[in-house]
Amino acid sequence: MATGQNELFKDKFPTEAKAVRRIFVVGVITLGIGAIMGVLQVLHRTDKLRIISSGDYYTYLTIHGVNMVIFWAILAILGTFTWAVPRSLDRSLGNPKFTCGWIRLGLIGIILAEIAMFAGFIKGDVPILGNMQADVLYTFYAPLKAHPIFYIGLALYVIASWLAGFDYFTALWDWKKDNPDERIPLQTFIAVTTMMFWQLASLGIAIEVLFFLLPWSLGIIPQVDPLLTRTLFWMTGHPIVYFWLMPAYLAWYTVLPKLSGGRLFSDPLARVVFILFLLLSSPVGFHHQYMDPGVPNGFKYVVMSNTMFLLLPSLLTAFTAVASMEHGARQRGGTGRLGWLKALPWEKPQFSAMAFAGLFFAAGGFSGMVNAALNLNYLVHNTLWVPGHFHLTVGSAVTLTMMGLIYWLFPQLTGKDLSLKGLAMVQPYLWFIGMTFMSNAMHRAGLAGVPRRTAEPTYRLFDFHAVLGNMSEIRWQLAIGGVFLFISAFAFIAVLVASVFAGSRIDAAQHDFTIPEPLSGPEDGPLILDNLKLWGAIAVVLVLLAYGVPLMSWVTDGPLQPGAIPVRP
Amino acid sequence: MDIHKYEKIWLAVALVFIVGLVATVTYGALGPGIKMVSDNGGTISPANVTQSERFSAQGRGVHKVGPNHYEVNVLARQFLFMPGTTQPITVPTDSKITFYYTSADVIHGFEIVGTNVNTMVIPGQVGKMTTRFEEPGEYGIICNEYCGSGHHTMEGKLNVVPKSEFNASEV
Repeated sequence: MATGQNELFKDKFPTEAKAVRRIFVVGVITLGIGAIMGVLQVLHRTDKLRIISSGDYYTYLTIHGVNMVIFWAILAILGTFTWAVPRSLDRSLGNPKFTCGWIRLGLIGIILAEIAMFAGFIKGDVPILGNMQADVLYTFYAPLKAHPIFYIGLALYVIASWLAGFDYFTALWDWKKDNPDERIPLQTFIAVTTMMFWQLASLGIAIEVLFFLLPWSLGIIPQVDPLLTRTLFWMTGHPIVYFWLMPAYLAWYTVLPKLSGGRLFSDPLARVVFILFLLLSSPVGFHHQYMDPGVPNGFKYVVMSNTMFLLLPSLLTAFTAVASMEHGARQRGGTGRLGWLKALPWEKPQFSAMAFAGLFFAAGGFSGMVNAALNLNYLVHNTLWVPGHFHLTVGSAVTLTMMGLIYWLFPQLTGKDLSLKGLAMVQPYLWFIGMTFMSNAMHRAGLAGVPRRTAEPTYRLFDFHAVLGNMSEIRWQLAIGGVFLFISAFAFIAVLVASVFAGSRIDAAQHDFTIPEPLSGPEDGPLILDNLKLWGAIAVVLVLLAYGVPLMSWVTDGPLQPGAIPVRP
Repeated sequence: MDIHKYEKIWLAVALVFIVGLVATVTYGALGPGIKMVSDNGGTISPANVTQSERFSAQGRGVHKVGPNHYEVNVLARQFLFMPGTTQPITVPTDSKITFYYTSADVIHGFEIVGTNVNTMVIPGQVGKMTTRFEEPGEYGIICNEYCGSGHHTMEGKLNVVPKSEFNASEV
């Protein structure tokens, strides 16, 4: 296998290890910022402990959303891939200056966007820069306007992610020249297909920001078409959620089987899953616009069907993950129809975090099917059901998996063992308890019609009526769940900080960080699976089919028409 | 490609499940005829909405357009529904009610709490949504898309009165 059994990643690839450490350090800081904002919101919104004002709530919400899903989740992807690509190709990325360059560029982008978002707490104008704020949430729908440095920061950050993709592509390219007849290693296959669909999908947000929002926020163009910019946003905005999921999938396919004590079930089917993501995840963004006037029903229907077929790779992944865990458990002596579950290493946070993540993902998948069903969505659109759904998926399936993966990678990246092992052991359990409370309460509140993205739990003119349970108990569960999640996030950060400063050196000879070969290897799959040019080309065609006609019709009637002037939040 | 027997079964079940989901949505649209928001409301210039026939002071509100058909024109703006917030919208039961709505400034939401009336209000686009209320009662209207620092104060009220008590001369 790639990394020698007794050689740590940090010793074999010191430059890449440094890059991964930097990315994860920034990522974990943004996770911490997001967690603080999250707990303040949940306490405010549930009327339990009010520290912030309702008018400021949206500043906190913007900082929470942008840090969690745009910074933490994407940094988790880049950190994971910057480890997985050199590890699985068994060669360096090749150009340390380039790698260092995109990391710096991304960091500059993050800092600029953070400045604009935190400026939301300043009332009134700032000298020279004017009204500094970005209280526009992570969806920044025009015509709500943020300060230009918010858009510039996000643009730099997205460009950095593209450069990261090129870093992986060129590594694969160079490797192919030296190994023309070999199958692409699975981890690199996952990283490259993921970055391919990200590059394709993020064109939407890049066009939105560079051609519309940035010039508009600078006053160069007077107005933008809210429906067009919103559509460009969602062209990226839904594929981005699959993008967020991919490092979790990489961990479930390649690390989780090992942690369970076994091997991956099937390498070829894993490749099929990632090809399906490459093909289908981009042309589905319209499903966030089921309720938008101005979008024809025909497009909504086609996108609904695509979205449903995207369940297929996720259902296949569920099978593989469970099958690989069962195989591992049986290798460890587990028996019985469900008795094997007891043989899994539940005391190891690396494993328990990923296993809980999988459970949450299954639950989140089911609530997602309701969102995806065009007509059922009328019941839950823009209610708390929706954040209930994505706190299970990106908020737990991805975040918990990344926590487990970072625990597992820590010794390989630093040469040190984890400290505070007891705290690390209970940390995923705290998340499990917190998310169980919070997500069930959010889903039920959504069924009662309680909106998302709103500072106040009650209204003056009417009361909400819970379909299941009662409103006061739902609010309590939300508050309790949020507090548990906050404690869990900071337990994770405490373990990492303590390990960095006080972790004991590990003896590499005592550890085995290799990843075992799958039960059914890549040689069992047809060669066409590795034809990334073909799959990439089909993905481009599918995007053109899904977006070509509506975008053309809105652009040809005047790209800035019907236009809306900027409005301060 | 070698696929394990159990995995083949799983794959088949998953496909049937997916096709079933698509079929239920299709049936909902074609069978019971669930009306969905589409592009048939047309577009409008956000700067001039109050000069338009539908969203001017005279145009806003409830209008009888057929024997048992009413149109309700609602303009949303930071942080009001007009009508809805300062005076309630009143409609009869068992009648066809078509809402037309747009925004004078930013994107808003229009949700009648506890019903299927739940839609986006986008500046530049006129939304059109048809529904029918079977039960008389008072319903809350909320903006469910973030629209600025006063978003949580944006609410309104819909009164559904029995058809026999509804006085068409009011509208």
